[in-house]
Amino acid sequence: MSETTYTPESGDMEALEFHVTEDHHPETGTLLGFWLYLMSDCLIFACLFATYGVLGRSYAGGPTGAELFDLPLVAINTSFLLLSSITYGFAMLETQRKRVGATIGWLAVTGLLGAAFLGLELYEFAHLLNEGAGPQRSAFLTSFFALVGTHGLHVLFGIVWLVVLVVQLRKHGLIVENQRRLFCLSMFWHFLDVVWIGVFTFVYLMGVLP
Amino acid sequence: MFEQLDLTQLIFGRLSWDAIPLHDPVIVATFVVVALGGAALLGAMTYYRVWGYLWKEWFTSIDHKKIGIMYMVLGLVMLLRGFADAIMMRIQQAWAFGDATGYLPPDHYDQIFTAHGVIMIFFVAMPLITGIMNYIIPLQIGARDVAFPFLNNFSFWMTASGAALVMASLFIGEFAKTGWLAYPPLSGILESPGVGVDYYLWALQIAGVGTLLSGINLLVTIVKMRAPGMNLMKMPVFTWTSLCTNVLIVAAFPVLTAVLGMLLLDRYLGTAFFTNDLGGNVMMYINLIWIWGHPEVYILILPAFGIFSEVVSTYSGKRLFGYASMVYATVVITVLSYMVWLHHFFTMGSGASVNSFFGITTMIISIPTGAKIFNWLFTMYRGRIRFEVPMLWTIGFIITFVIGGMTGVLLAVPPADFVLHNSLFLVAHFHNVIIGGVLFGLFAGITYWYPKAFGYKLDPFWGKMSFWFWTIGFYFAFMPLYVLGLMGVTRRMSQFEEDAAMQFWFQVAAFGAFLIALGILFFIVQLVVSYRRRDQLRDTTGDPWDGRTLEWATSSPPPQYNFAFTPRVHDLDAWWQMKQHQYRRPEQGFKAIHMPRNTAAGVVLAGISTVLGFALIWHMWLLAGLSFIALLAAAIGHTFNYDRDYHIPAEEVERVEAERTRMLASHV
Amino acid sequence: MVFPKLYSFSRPLQGALLFAALVPLAGCDMVVMSPSGDVAMQQRDLILWATGLMLLVIVPVIIMTLMFAWRYRASNKDAEYSPDWDHSTMLELVIWAVPLLIIIALGAITWVSTHKLDPYRPLDRIDAGRPVPEGTEPLVVQVVSLEWKWLFFYPEQGIATVNELAAPVDRPIRFEITSHSNMNSFYIPALAGQIYSMAGMETKLHGVINEPGVYDGFSANYSGAGFSHMRFHFHGLEDDEAFQGWLETVRDGGGELSRATYKELAIPSQKEPVRYYADVDPGLYDAILNRCVDPGTVCMTDMMDHHGPDHDHGSHGN
Repeated sequence: MSETTYTPESGDMEALEFHVTEDHHPETGTLLGFWLYLMSDCLIFACLFATYGVLGRSYAGGPTGAELFDLPLVAINTSFLLLSSITYGFAMLETQRKRVGATIGWLAVTGLLGAAFLGLELYEFAHLLNEGAGPQRSAFLTSFFALVGTHGLHVLFGIVWLVVLVVQLRKHGLIVENQRRLFCLSMFWHFLDVVWIGVFTFVYLMGVLP
Repeated sequence: MFEQLDLTQLIFGRLSWDAIPLHDPVIVATFVVVALGGAALLGAMTYYRVWGYLWKEWFTSIDHKKIGIMYMVLGLVMLLRGFADAIMMRIQQAWAFGDATGYLPPDHYDQIFTAHGVIMIFFVAMPLITGIMNYIIPLQIGARDVAFPFLNNFSFWMTASGAALVMASLFIGEFAKTGWLAYPPLSGILESPGVGVDYYLWALQIAGVGTLLSGINLLVTIVKMRAPGMNLMKMPVFTWTSLCTNVLIVAAFPVLTAVLGMLLLDRYLGTAFFTNDLGGNVMMYINLIWIWGHPEVYILILPAFGIFSEVVSTYSGKRLFGYASMVYATVVITVLSYMVWLHHFFTMGSGASVNSFFGITTMIISIPTGAKIFNWLFTMYRGRIRFEVPMLWTIGFIITFVIGGMTGVLLAVPPADFVLHNSLFLVAHFHNVIIGGVLFGLFAGITYWYPKAFGYKLDPFWGKMSFWFWTIGFYFAFMPLYVLGLMGVTRRMSQFEEDAAMQFWFQVAAFGAFLIALGILFFIVQLVVSYRRRDQLRDTTGDPWDGRTLEWATSSPPPQYNFAFTPRVHDLDAWWQMKQHQYRRPEQGFKAIHMPRNTAAGVVLAGISTVLGFALIWHMWLLAGLSFIALLAAAIGHTFNYDRDYHIPAEEVERVEAERTRMLASHV
Repeated sequence: MVFPKLYSFSRPLQGALLFAALVPLAGCDMVVMSPSGDVAMQQRDLILWATGLMLLVIVPVIIMTLMFAWRYRASNKDAEYSPDWDHSTMLELVIWAVPLLIIIALGAITWVSTHKLDPYRPLDRIDAGRPVPEGTEPLVVQVVSLEWKWLFFYPEQGIATVNELAAPVDRPIRFEITSHSNMNSFYIPALAGQIYSMAGMETKLHGVINEPGVYDGFSANYSGAGFSHMRFHFHGLEDDEAFQGWLETVRDGGGELSRATYKELAIPSQKEPVRYYADVDPGLYDAILNRCVDPGTVCMTDMMDHHGPDHDHGSHGN
């Protein structure tokens, strides 16, 4: 007796179905949710960029970007990061082909490139600190370290996540849940790339201009 | 010996027995009361063996309904604390004239007004609106839960964690003495070297994570999980305003995280974001904090507007007037709320063109807001209005809120603001709109949806008592503040010179606060009385008000899974339409329902975050390091749990639905 | 308008409205509504105009609320009940257009008045009837907010005071304002609006006092424990002769304000008594503004390429 359409007594109302009888699974919201989170993260970076915009020429009598930035180093760093985005892309292609081993392989390369990026960045920071150009020296350096440092922390977090995901891939393979996680990390990784492009343009390239 | 000292530093940081404010009799007295009361409560809970039940059914629950109720409990408890702060301030300001210094030295008073603002905004208003949105949105859109049930639980506990830290500051150390937005350089490490500002910062950063995730959660829920047929222009208005609210949350809270993070860096690492020297810029803080701050107040008011829309239409027995117009007005308000922030600091000297621009954009917001008010009025027009308690709150709101809105537009004229900025006129304005708008809306919503959540209505007599004392109390408490502002009195003063005329107004305001205290008391009485009379107040049909939206299609309270069958929607006011068509709910053919599992991960992660926050505040670096590692480990560990859901067997669904059938039959 | 059986509504609300109406009667003491300086008077007029414009909407709304609530109460079966009436294009047009028109009017008033009453803009009138005479130089006062007192420099007269300000009636005053550390707000309600004082930066305020008297001045931005007592008196003196007399008093009783004595003054203290300085280091205010009072510290103007604190704030464009 499960009528799904109801024809009320008064004949002028149409017969309508008011509930769904089949299994109803709403669309998964994970990717949208993660993308929204990423946009909120983007907003944090926007604040850091804005702050750098306001404070970026306040040298307080200390060293300027032109004096400090090592552009060749930054170029190498940038290529590591951009390459790592490409290798992540390869990993995702392997995922489409359902090849766990190859996926993990490309993820590993990505992670190593990311680590290389971080290593060079730490080297740069250490050098600056040695020169007395630490974040406490001036508002310019404060905003520089905050912006570049926050980006670096995100990359570090991404690498940790990547390692954990590799372990989970080995354990469970390319199940739906893991594929979703790979997608999310993919968005995260490329997002960091985009932010970096902003960083090396506005901070490094424009920073060495007088 | 030397190494031993270092170890003590590493473990205890700057925490010592001095941190307990034994020198302040007011705090000691408070502590005694809280300790006794707390011990009694915890003792009773242990005696009645409710811990297991609470852990299993509530703390680890990922059910949006339970989480919603927990948010409400948190908000109402913190309302008592925030209001205690308010009464203390009113008494001090009514007393401390001429030679009389009152009973609160500036050191204490300054913490109270800071805590009052922080608690009311972050730990009363936000949890209450989040709680209502959490409870109602899935029901209104015909869904079984929110998009990310685990994150929902985690968000709640992170908010609770922030509240815990603020409460801890009362008895261990001190709170910030900077005002609720902690402007530097006063909040910088040089001017505020103590733990107060650090308590403020970490509490808000932790709670902020919860709020942001909740915003994302509810946004995705509304976008992705609406019942088939419910396109955007068929959503209930409350869901629309919640959608806009959550957009604001996602787009505003990151700014708060960033700017408070920068202040933390200044305080912990000696950076130069907001310092007076080395190129720091205090104005940057003020801009960023208000870029968050203005959308924040719209985050608070929009859900209230949604509640009023539902309430007016239900109790007038009429469709909401101008649905499309309401939706557009809400969206316009949402967008415009990002273009007004500078009106909070016209007096910072930004120049006439910049000031005018922001003044004009602020005034423009009053247009869609006004449209909403008229639409509510025209919903009442030619309706059949039943003056249940939520409707009383609504009438009170319309009258009170428009006065507050008027003073807001007044303050939006920069030269007028130059004489009224930071005065008690300003304080009166924002309390006018927050109490008249947000708080009245919350009480309307609580009363309106209480039967849905608990299965019985709230006692109307005590509801009316609470309403009248709140409303009359509000006018006595805040209208004098408008006068005082026009008398040139500025805010945050703890002592005044001799002036009988001025003191009179403060005494009137204190009287008003006392009336509001009674209003709060009567609300609590209402809760108790209603519980005791619940059998007489029982809601057996699930639709006690002859409602129009889908939440009223469920039983009161709804089953864990909300809907045995997902509804199919054809029109606005879906439930009303179903009733018009004499819809009969199915009584067989139930299927197993896929639901997420409860989890302790949220409690654990938030608990560790609380410890981490405390450790960072007190510079207990060892504990901070360990808890950070524990946090990471717990978070990573949680991701290894793939077993997150289960099925409610069809027989169980059948049993629950049969029980409902029986209940509906008994009503007839 | 009579509300016969509306007991549950009208009485308390009538009471509240009556109470609100009584408020202006107590207003003789409301300095914002009866100031003594031309700028503040123009600001007061603005408040009244804006309130009036908005009451055009607010009063009908309140009346409509009470009327509709009364007329369409469920027990009144005589009233028409149209449960499905939810749209009226005409009504929507009115609902959006009327507030829009009022805001357009208010917006225009805002644009004009904000430019006219810009604190950075030198005065062009002494009061409604009199423009500033040709060649009038404003009296310059440099203001420094300290914890928790006010320091006033009179650079052209070579004196300084703590917690006491004076100026002759009808002479335009230009305030140049900075802070030692915390952000405060320089405010004399009877004179003109307020403006923030910030360290390392200079803000400006123009005003003129039209009536002799003693007026309250204070900080309108909370700045710590001594905030409640951070007050001073502003003496509007009836003519230039009286002002010269005041200057004499300061010179007679005044001590020395050097960098060393300034540093002592800057130590946080509450309820500071009035103090006079007859011998003022001429470069001191600039040193305070540029944050180089301590010997050996580099002044901000010397440090920065583009950013300097003597940069007119109004064109800062932040």
